[in-house]
Amino acid sequence: MTPAERAVLRIARPWLSRLVGAGLLAAGTELAGLALMATATWLLITAAGQPPVAALTVAIVAVRTLAIARGVLRYTERLAGHDAVLRIITEVRARIFATLSTRPARATDRSGDALSRLVSDVDAVQDLLLRVLVPGAAAGLVAVLAVLGAGVLSPLAALPLAAGLLLAGVVLPWLASALTRRTAAEVAPLRGALAVDAVDLTAGAADLTAFGATDAALAKAAGRAAELARLERRLALVGWAVDGAGVLLAGATAAGVVLTALHAGTSGTLVGVLAVGSIAAVESALALVGAARQRTQLGTALSRVSALLTAPSLDAGPRPAGVPGLDQVSVTYRAGAAPALSDVTLRLPAGRRVAVVGPSGAGKSTLLGVLAGAVRPDSGTVVGAGDPQRVGGLFADAHLFHAPVRDNLLLARPDASDDDLAAAATAAGFLDWVRDQPLGWETEVGEDGGQLSGGQRQRLALARALLLRPEVLVLDEPTEGLDPAAADAVLAAVLAATAGAIVLVTHRLSGLEGFDEILVLDAGRVTQRGRHADLVARPGWYRDQWSTQQADEQGYLAVAT
Amino acid sequence: MSRRRPFDPRLLRRVPATRRHFAVLGLCGVATAVVVVLQATALAAVLAAAAGGRLDRTALGLFVGLVAARAGLSWAQGAVTAWSAAAVKQALRVELLGSVTRRDPAWLAGQRGGSLATLAGRGLDGLDAYFTGYLPQLVLGVTIPIAVLARLVFADWTSAVIVAVTIPLIPIFGALVGWQAQVATERQWRRLSRLGGHFLDMLSGLPTLRAFGRAQAQVDVVRRMADAHRGATMRTLRIAFLSALVLELVATISVALVAVPVGLRLLSGGMTLEVALLVLLLTPEAYLPLRAAGSKFHASLEGLTALDDALSALPNEPAPAVGTAVARPGPIVLSGVTVEYDRTTALRDVTLTIQPGERVAIVGPSGAGKSTLLGLLLGFVRPTTGQVLVSGVDLAAADLDAWRRTVAWVPQRAHLFAGTVADNVRLGAPADADLAKAATAAALDEVVDALPEGWQTMLGERGYGLSSGQRQRIALARAFLRDQAALVLLDEPTARLDAASEGAVVEATINLLAGRTGVFVAHRPALLTVADRVLRVEDGKVTEIVRPVPALPTGVGG
Repeated sequence: MTPAERAVLRIARPWLSRLVGAGLLAAGTELAGLALMATATWLLITAAGQPPVAALTVAIVAVRTLAIARGVLRYTERLAGHDAVLRIITEVRARIFATLSTRPARATDRSGDALSRLVSDVDAVQDLLLRVLVPGAAAGLVAVLAVLGAGVLSPLAALPLAAGLLLAGVVLPWLASALTRRTAAEVAPLRGALAVDAVDLTAGAADLTAFGATDAALAKAAGRAAELARLERRLALVGWAVDGAGVLLAGATAAGVVLTALHAGTSGTLVGVLAVGSIAAVESALALVGAARQRTQLGTALSRVSALLTAPSLDAGPRPAGVPGLDQVSVTYRAGAAPALSDVTLRLPAGRRVAVVGPSGAGKSTLLGVLAGAVRPDSGTVVGAGDPQRVGGLFADAHLFHAPVRDNLLLARPDASDDDLAAAATAAGFLDWVRDQPLGWETEVGEDGGQLSGGQRQRLALARALLLRPEVLVLDEPTEGLDPAAADAVLAAVLAATAGAIVLVTHRLSGLEGFDEILVLDAGRVTQRGRHADLVARPGWYRDQWSTQQADEQGYLAVAT
Repeated sequence: MSRRRPFDPRLLRRVPATRRHFAVLGLCGVATAVVVVLQATALAAVLAAAAGGRLDRTALGLFVGLVAARAGLSWAQGAVTAWSAAAVKQALRVELLGSVTRRDPAWLAGQRGGSLATLAGRGLDGLDAYFTGYLPQLVLGVTIPIAVLARLVFADWTSAVIVAVTIPLIPIFGALVGWQAQVATERQWRRLSRLGGHFLDMLSGLPTLRAFGRAQAQVDVVRRMADAHRGATMRTLRIAFLSALVLELVATISVALVAVPVGLRLLSGGMTLEVALLVLLLTPEAYLPLRAAGSKFHASLEGLTALDDALSALPNEPAPAVGTAVARPGPIVLSGVTVEYDRTTALRDVTLTIQPGERVAIVGPSGAGKSTLLGLLLGFVRPTTGQVLVSGVDLAAADLDAWRRTVAWVPQRAHLFAGTVADNVRLGAPADADLAKAATAAALDEVVDALPEGWQTMLGERGYGLSSGQRQRIALARAFLRDQAALVLLDEPTARLDAASEGAVVEATINLLAGRTGVFVAHRPALLTVADRVLRVEDGKVTEIVRPVPALPTGVGG
């Protein structure tokens, strides 16, 4: 058993009795099927001797009962198994979430792909329990009981049955994964590469077409598709040979049982029972081949899940008191790379208004991340980080939950009154929209706010940030997606409604006239700082950007003349 | 979930190789049915003899031989369906990806292009379950009942009649119960997907929860929602599994209907043991494949959906004829060009002329049609009305590949392909192209030097990411490699760059324009100064601003 499987089983321990129950029901289903065929055979062979009907009554009732029982057992087994596994999955999801919630964010976790992969990885746990563990254990139990039962009827005939079951339940499953392991290991990366080819051919179509490289890229993808098909054909030849061997094994076992039973002088009636029962027993043991195949496919997903099952303890280091801010802070994300933030100092006493501007990738979001505690600095000190009541607000990755407007807002302050909600929504210019909705505060926002327009989505996220009322309100592009007039109005309302300090990251430079300080970041360094009036008067990035934006918003001629 | 036919005849047309596979599958099905019947006959003979304490060596030998034959057939059937699946997937992948040459690049870069990529990638793998699980059972569901019935008619015609009457119950009940289950499932589906999506919703929102200090508190919410999910799932499963139970009971009762009179006639001496055993062994075989097909249908739905999507996504009409007229570099004339998209008009009745050697800057608000203008010159976008003429040749009738070889294009955001930096720059250029020279000209050399493995660093989906500025230099280096290009098209080459990158990119861009016709979308003063003319695009209209004078000195520089 792999460490990942052990980790999953540790989680499953509280529900072990349910799993065992499901396994017993599964074994019961198989046994009922086996007993049904054996009893029916006994019935016919005995009836051929034309005994009085009374001698057959028990067997007749048994056949009917077993026939119904098999179906009912299978139904309850499937329900019980799914119920147990879904309970375990609930725990797995909660643990994964708990682990991720304590772990500092990494850039790779955030991609939508990684997240949906995580969601489907959880299904691997379900498959492990439901398609490998439960049926595997049940098949093993059936095999043991079948050999014991056969031993009672004819000790000698139990030997070929035991051999057949061993081959079907142990050797064939091992062969099934051993023979295909190497090819299967080549298939997974090839499928991945083909998926990337497909993305390159579609998302990169313009580049490929413009540079006449489409045909070469197509040929490469077609080559990979052909190689994949070749590997899949090879896998099929080997894999289905194992299945064929299983069919042969069931028949050969029955023949062996007939031969040994006759040789041992077992009664003629029982020979038929043993033969028919052996076929059923080997066929149920062959389920282990499928379980082994399934298990080899789950490995990577399970190890990803198991890595997330144990939450690291939070190291809540001492939180320095004092005026929130940064002192000579530097951040380097990757060893050897240029620093994302270099020697930045910023004090944020109550009421101070600071804007942070600069080209994309200059370090604006990193600065906010350090302030809020999401990014740990390599050097320098931070005051206020990690406590949303001290430093908090609207970040670039703000997510709206698939829930009503009210629930999304209450996230910031669970005890907020309707008046609080209305005040925050007014400042964000969101209240009129809420009032217009038939359901008001209970309006569903859809998946990540998908039911809202871009502008309303932004306003809702902003209102939520305002509701928090931290000592330092952090706002990352709060007016993105709003038209210039609305953006100016919202910014003014937010400034008026906020008593604490504000740190505003923006690409729009209008409305910054009243700010106490504007920091211009470039490649992680503060290249300019001062008030709007000073910065516009000096040559540099700020003045260039200001004039370009004025030109953009007022028409090109403002620059041209 | 829509209802799907179990077999899509378009498949035979699209992938002719499947005809052969299906013929083999059919033969396997017929042979398997014959072997099943013979095997039961032999086993009945063995057991009847054994009941009398005798060993029927011939029958036992025959039984083992037939089992071997059935093993071989099951191998062949599995292999041929898997081969068929591999062939279909390969053919559809190649066709789907090949269809990109007939789509507009903007369409491909969008959401529908994304789902095309997913379909051609992992989506088609869903076909495996359909081909190897469902299809063979469907074939056996026809051949085995027929063979069993034929054998029973000879052995015991009353049993044959009962089997013949009850077998149709399986598909009938399957349809009835399956249909009920489907209604119930659909009713639950919305709720399930909403709850199932909740975990993803919470994970996506983790940074936000953390920012509000709510992440720990939400662990319980996740647990509660997952538990509600379990409840809803179980309600659906109770109904879904019911259909399998009903089918199993129908089969069981049918077998009992056959077995009871057989037993009674045995008791009264009206039937031999061998025939009775044959009926007992053979009857369940008749119901098995149809039930198996029913239980595998659900698992194969995903594949059937992918198949339908793929066959529908492939264009039916033959590829449009490739233009042959040779558009040599020369004056470019747009005459009365209007470009309409699904919902918007990007350009309205635009007429303009660009002389060789001219440098034309295009300005205007975003979404006004600037990129469409460049797309027209590249042949990505076809005018809805009007013409784009190059040296008098209409691009609509021109050999576009040849024309594009004379154009160097620097997109706003170059796509990084999964491959090395060298592959990415060389894109479409001959293998002996002078990468180093182009890199120096595009200020890419310093970027390459800083990468962990230099030119061999892997980029793209699973590789190294690059900043906007570095990406832009890759795009410029690609353009520099086309040293024979007479026309340079640039789409906001300096948007979103940091100061250091912007300086380097502007300088490289100006070098690239030297001696060539240039059309570029730009806002920054640094680039506008090298323009001979400035065109303003707004609401699809193009107006000319003659001789711009930058109001401010260019404060940027490397």
